[in-house]
Amino acid sequence: MSGLFQEAILISIFAATLRTMTPLLFSAMGELVTQRAGIWNMGVEGTMLMGSFVAYFVATATGSLWLAVLAAVLAGAVMGLIIAFMTATMRVDHFVTGLGLNLFAGGITLYWFQSYVHGGPQPSFSGFEDVPLPFLSDIPFIGPVLFSQRLLTYAAFFIVPAIWFLLYRTRYGLELRCLGENPKALDVKGLSVPVRQYGAVMFGSAMTGLGGGFLMLAFSDRFIADFSAGRGWIVVVALIAGNWKPKGVLLAVVAFAFLEAVATHAQVVGVGVPRQLLLALPYIASIILLMGVRFRTGQPAMLGFPYARE
Amino acid sequence: MSLLPSIKDPTPANARKAGTEDKPLALHVAGLTKRFAGVTANDGVDFDLEVGEIHCLFGENGAGKSTLSSCIFGFCTPDAGQIIVRGQPVEMHSPRDAIKLGIGMVHQHFVLVPEFTVLENIIVGTQKSGWRLDDRAARQKLNSLCEAYGIEIDLDAYVWQLAVGRQQWVEILKALYLDVQILILDEPTAVLTPDESARLFAIMRKMCANGMSIILITHKVAEVMQSNRVTVLRKGKTVATVQTRDTSPEELARLMVGREVSFSVNKSTIAPGDTVLEVSGLGARGYWNEAVLNQVSLSIARHEILGIAGVAGNGQKELFEVLSGVRWAREGTIRLNGEDVSRLTPRAMMDRGVGHIPDDRFREGLVGPFSIAENLILGWQRNAKYRSGLFLDRTKIAALSKTMMARYQIAARDDEVPVENLSGGNAQKVILAREFLHSSGLLLANQPTRGLDIGVIEYVYAQLLQKREEGFAILLASEELSDLFNLADRIAVMFKGEIVGVVDPKTTTVEEVGMMMAGRRMEAGR
Repeated sequence: MSGLFQEAILISIFAATLRTMTPLLFSAMGELVTQRAGIWNMGVEGTMLMGSFVAYFVATATGSLWLAVLAAVLAGAVMGLIIAFMTATMRVDHFVTGLGLNLFAGGITLYWFQSYVHGGPQPSFSGFEDVPLPFLSDIPFIGPVLFSQRLLTYAAFFIVPAIWFLLYRTRYGLELRCLGENPKALDVKGLSVPVRQYGAVMFGSAMTGLGGGFLMLAFSDRFIADFSAGRGWIVVVALIAGNWKPKGVLLAVVAFAFLEAVATHAQVVGVGVPRQLLLALPYIASIILLMGVRFRTGQPAMLGFPYARE
Repeated sequence: MSLLPSIKDPTPANARKAGTEDKPLALHVAGLTKRFAGVTANDGVDFDLEVGEIHCLFGENGAGKSTLSSCIFGFCTPDAGQIIVRGQPVEMHSPRDAIKLGIGMVHQHFVLVPEFTVLENIIVGTQKSGWRLDDRAARQKLNSLCEAYGIEIDLDAYVWQLAVGRQQWVEILKALYLDVQILILDEPTAVLTPDESARLFAIMRKMCANGMSIILITHKVAEVMQSNRVTVLRKGKTVATVQTRDTSPEELARLMVGREVSFSVNKSTIAPGDTVLEVSGLGARGYWNEAVLNQVSLSIARHEILGIAGVAGNGQKELFEVLSGVRWAREGTIRLNGEDVSRLTPRAMMDRGVGHIPDDRFREGLVGPFSIAENLILGWQRNAKYRSGLFLDRTKIAALSKTMMARYQIAARDDEVPVENLSGGNAQKVILAREFLHSSGLLLANQPTRGLDIGVIEYVYAQLLQKREEGFAILLASEELSDLFNLADRIAVMFKGEIVGVVDPKTTTVEEVGMMMAGRRMEAGR
C-alpha cells in the first residue's frame, strides 16, 4: 500500500468519524440534559427513529431539507412531551415509559411509511451535501477531515460547549442539575418540579429528534424499517460511559463513531473479517464498555425516581 | 386605698394573660383539619405563634406535628380551618406561597444536594432574573449573615464534604437567605452533637432577637424546656398550650402520652444465676480488614442485664453481629451455656434460643413489604409449628399474629398490613413479639428504643425487665446513658472495639462512664 493511499484512508476514516458522530452527539447532548434533570429516558431510540421518519416524509413531500430538519426537531419535542407526561405527571416507571415509546415509534413509523408509499415506488430525496469551508478546507489533512463536512456537523462542534455552558454557567442549568440530584430541594424553594422536567425532557428530545433527522438527511435518501438501527441505545450507553459529563459523553460518542468509521472502511481496504462482525463493532464495544464501567460517580442521585411530595 | 380600678394589679394570672395578648401574632392556625386517605392527621388543631418566640410543637410520632408544619409551609392544603399570617387569612398551595409570606422550613431529613457546593445549595432556585448564574450578591449577603449569626462555613465546600452536623448550618442559611420571618425547624437536633445543639439554640435565640419567630418540632423534653411556649399535640389534636416556665418535663410527658409516665423503672433485686454467655478474647475485622473488635471479653448470667455504653460506631454493632452469628469472629471463643458456639450460623444460634433485636429495625429486623403475620414468623418459617407439609399453615400463623397483636398492642388494621406502613414503635413491637416468642435464655438488644416515643420506650423497657425476671440473660446497648443506669445490672463501656471497663451503675456516675466512652480506661482495681 502506498503512503498516499494510506493517508487517503486515514482522512476518510476521520472525516467519516465526524460525520457519524454528528447525529449521535445531538442525541447524546439532548439525553444528557434529560438525564441530568432526573428522567432516565430509555426512549432515545424511538425518538431518533421518529425524527428520521418525519424528516424523510417532509423532505420527500416538500423537497425542503431544512423544513425536514425543523420537522424532526418538532417530532422529537412531541415525543418528549409524551415522555414528560408519563414520567413527570403520571409518575410511570421511566424504563417502562421509554421501552413502550420505542415499540410505539417502531410500529407507527412503519405503518406511516407503508401508508405513504402505498406499495408504489418509494419516494427519495437527495440529502445534505458537504459544504467545504473556504481556505480552511485547503489545509492539508486537517482541512478534508474537519472543514469539509455537512453544515450540521459544524454545528455539532459547538453543541458540547453550549450544553456545558447551559448546565454549569446558567441558573437554569443549576436548577436542572438540582432536579436530578434532589428535586425536593427545588420544591421547597417554591419552584415547580414538573414544569422544569417537562422543559428538560422536551428540549432533550427535540435534540434527539434533530439527531434522528440528520441521520436521515445526511446518510440516506430513503427510509427503511428500523432506520436508526440501535443508535439510540448507543447514546444511552455513551451517557453511562461518559459518566454524565459533557466532555465524557463527547469522548464516548467519538469512540463509537470512530469504531463505526473503521468498520465501514475495513471493508474497503479488505480486512479478512466478516462484514457483519465489523459492523457490529460499536455494539460489541458498548457491551464491553458497560461491563468495564464500574464508577458511576456522575450519575444523578435521583435519576429514574419519579418525584412526589410525601 | 386606691380608688382606681386595680387594672395594674400585677397578679401572676393577669400578668401572664396580658403578656400573651399584647404581643402581635406572627401566625395563627385555627381549627385546622387534614385527612389523608381516611386517616385524620390533624383534627381541629389550634396554634398561634407570637413574634419573637420559640414555640415548641411537642408530641409523639404520628401526633400530627409534621402534618401541621407541612400545612403551614404549603406542602399540603388543609381540609378545614384557617391559617392567618400576621393578621391576614391566607391560602397556600405550594411552598412558593409560604416563602412569599416569609415562612421557611428546615426539614428533618436535610433537603440538600451533596454534589453542589454550599453556595449552590443556597442560591439554587432563588435567582429570579438574568440567565447567567450570578452569585456575587449572594456571596456578600451570606457572608454578612454568617457573621451576624456566628456561623462558620466555607461557602465553596461541597456539601458531601461536610460532616452531618455542619450540613444543618447550610439548611439554616438557606432559610436566612430567603429572609424568612417564620421558621419551622423539624427535629433539628436529631443529627447534632450536644455541643452543636447548644450552638443551634444560641442561633435560634439570635433569630428571635432579630424579630423572627420559630416553630420548633421535637420530641425531646430537654429541648422543649429551652423554648418560650409549648403546644402539645396528641392524636392530631391540640392538648394544651403552656408557657414553658410554668411547666415541667413530667407534666409535658404526661400531656404528650395522655397518662402518667414513670421515668424511673421498678427493677427487682434478683441475684444473677448461672452464666449463660461467656465471651473471651473476641476479635473481628471489618470490610477494610480493620480491627472492629479487639480482645472483647464479657459474661452474662441468668436474671442479668449487661448494658453496653459507647458512642455509636465503637464496635457495638459488630459485637451484636458476632454474638448472633451474622459475623464471624477472627479470634476468641463464645460459649453459650457451656457449649462453644463461636462458629455457628445465625440459624443455629436461633435454634439455641438466642433472640436478636438489631439496631436498624427496617433494614435488618423486618422485611418492609411483608405483612405483620409474615414478619412475626420471619426466620422461623421452617418451624413445624407454622407449616403443614410443604406449605405455610395460614390458619396457625393468623392465630399467632392475632394473639401477638393483642398482647403487644400492635396498632394496625389487621395482620395483612405491610410492616413498612407501620410507625417505628409498632414495627419495633413486631420485632419484640417475634424475638420474645422464639428466644429462650439469651436476648441481644441493640438500641431497641432508638427513635421511639416515650410511651413505647417505657413499654419496651418494662418488657425487657420482665424477661430478666423470667431468667433471661440480656445484652442491652443504648445511647441513652440514663436508661442503662436504670436498667442494667452492670455496664460495659466500649471504645474503638474494646471494652475499656465494666462498672456497677450503683457505684458509678454518668460522668465517669462518659469519660470512659471517650477512651479513658478504668483504673485497675476499681
